[in-house]
Amino acid sequence: MRRFSWFNATSLTLGFAFLYFPMVILVIYSFNESKLVTVWAGFSTKWYGELLQNEAFLDAAWVTVRVAVMSSTIATLLGTMAAYTLVRAGRFPGRTLFSGMIYAPLVMPEVITGLSLLLLFIAIGLDRGVTTIVLAHTTFSMCYVSVVVSSRLMSFDRSLEEAALDLGCTPWDAFRSVTLPIIAPAVISGWLLAFTLSLDDLVIASFTSGPSSTTLPIKIFSAVRLGVSPEINALSTIMIGIVAVGVISASLISKRAAIQREREERQAAG
Amino acid sequence: MATPAKTPTVFAPWEDAAETPLIRFRNVTKRFGEFTAIDALDLDIYEKEFFALLGPSGCGKTTLMRMLAGFETPTEGEITLAGKNIVSVPPNKRPVNMMFQSYALFPHLSVWDNIAFGLRRSDMPKDEIGQRVEEMLRLTRLEKFARRKPHQISGGQRQRVALARSLAKAPKLLLLDEPLGALDKKLRHETQFELMDIQEKTGTTFVIVTHDQEEAMTVASRVAVMDHGKLMQVATPARIYENPANVYVADFIGEVNIIEGNATATGGECYDIAWAESQPVIHAQSSEPLAADARVSFAIRPEKINVTAEEPTDRPNKMRGRIHDIAYLGNISTYHVEVGGQIIKAQMTNSRRLARRSFTWEDEVWLSFTDTAGVVLTS
Repeated sequence: MRRFSWFNATSLTLGFAFLYFPMVILVIYSFNESKLVTVWAGFSTKWYGELLQNEAFLDAAWVTVRVAVMSSTIATLLGTMAAYTLVRAGRFPGRTLFSGMIYAPLVMPEVITGLSLLLLFIAIGLDRGVTTIVLAHTTFSMCYVSVVVSSRLMSFDRSLEEAALDLGCTPWDAFRSVTLPIIAPAVISGWLLAFTLSLDDLVIASFTSGPSSTTLPIKIFSAVRLGVSPEINALSTIMIGIVAVGVISASLISKRAAIQREREERQAAG
Repeated sequence: MATPAKTPTVFAPWEDAAETPLIRFRNVTKRFGEFTAIDALDLDIYEKEFFALLGPSGCGKTTLMRMLAGFETPTEGEITLAGKNIVSVPPNKRPVNMMFQSYALFPHLSVWDNIAFGLRRSDMPKDEIGQRVEEMLRLTRLEKFARRKPHQISGGQRQRVALARSLAKAPKLLLLDEPLGALDKKLRHETQFELMDIQEKTGTTFVIVTHDQEEAMTVASRVAVMDHGKLMQVATPARIYENPANVYVADFIGEVNIIEGNATATGGECYDIAWAESQPVIHAQSSEPLAADARVSFAIRPEKINVTAEEPTDRPNKMRGRIHDIAYLGNISTYHVEVGGQIIKAQMTNSRRLARRSFTWEDEVWLSFTDTAGVVLTS
């Protein structure tokens, strides 16, 4: 069944070309000597050097990272709590409504989320800045966290928590010393998901950012409107690099953990 | 708790009116919405007992156990443990530990830390915790595996870790929820004897939930047979088997022939049961007085019935039938014999080699049994 055929090879090539060709072009042109993006004039890394001199970009990057760390941390906290309640608390009045509502931001158009948040911040007189972006990002990314965590909790053997209670734990102690360590991988991947979502959000950030708090996607977007510069290409290449390294190392770590576990189980059986 | 009248070898606190039970269920009812899981149940369990709750799935045995652990609260009624009402005590405050069906070992902790888990949450000093864990490891023969994680050991070893963990805090009462369900048959038999041994060594009161009647009969000092949230009978394994209280218990435990008929008193505890027109009446005894011409079920175990080729002379009950089927099980054979339009099962040990046995299909044979071999049941 696993035979190599021309049909398979062709469909694989086409699929990957479709996914990665635009990015490859972008990466190649980031090493272009010429100032004109579409004309190749030889290899150079000068745009990377210039990027490091560009304080506006560096400031925006710093804002983005701060926002992403803060919002993903708060979202993980709130999302995990919401998931725990939805999966564990059993039936309570309004549970169906609540579980439906927590997933609503997944399908809500970003423009609407952004606009409603903007209206709220104006109404309560909150000055737009890093705080408002963090709040906004927390709002939409916590539902992703709760989806990830609740799917892990649903496959979690309830009797583990009961065993902890039976052995003298208070409910909080049981959560801290048994539930949390076991669902930790889901919580961490929820955090990573929230982090990446916050990192590349443009629409909601543009509604909720203030003059002193431009994030990197906003900066790139506004720079591109004045014309694509090779500096943007260099910046994008760096971002692709960071994301790729993160994703590859995360998958390597989990793969090694799985292999390790399998080996130990074989030893136990033998 | 003195029992001067008894010989010390017989353990039967339930027969002693002066004994106070460790656990007492008083009129306990548990409902889940419309469904009644436990129906106005009364039950006493004594200290150092190995008590088995036996019944088909959905009979309420697990609910009963979870109420003892504190994971369910009764809708009505009272449960006392050592004289104290425990209905509103949360699980972490009860001197009760439970061994879970899935074992519920903490996957992120080593065997050692699993066993120490409960001790660390008690007020035991640190160095004593170490000693206690080592003691439990020795008791369950797990010394070599102390540093392993639960997924690095076999199913039988996991079962022993779960037992060690639940015994570590020296609970007054240990609950075992289908503890051997996940083990294969041979290991299960060995473990049953291990469990009894450990129960005796530690002197802990054990309550085991099982659907396996053989397991309940093997390990328990008393067995409670449950159905639909009610206790059908609570008695020693021997009494449950030899003197079932009703047709349900007789049918649930082991194999049985149920013959329905009408009983007529013939003096004393003796009754004649007319069950088929062409057949002689069955002479039986009943310590319970029966109403005249009462409709009864006569229950008799297959191994209490003899199969012979010649008409027996020394048995009060005999009937002639035709062999319908023979189930050869090696050590014993079960004969399905047609008598008066009913199939009656009789069991004989195969003390002779196969070739020399005398019966085969369609043979006319005599079935016979004594007048005390069966029991007369009215419900």
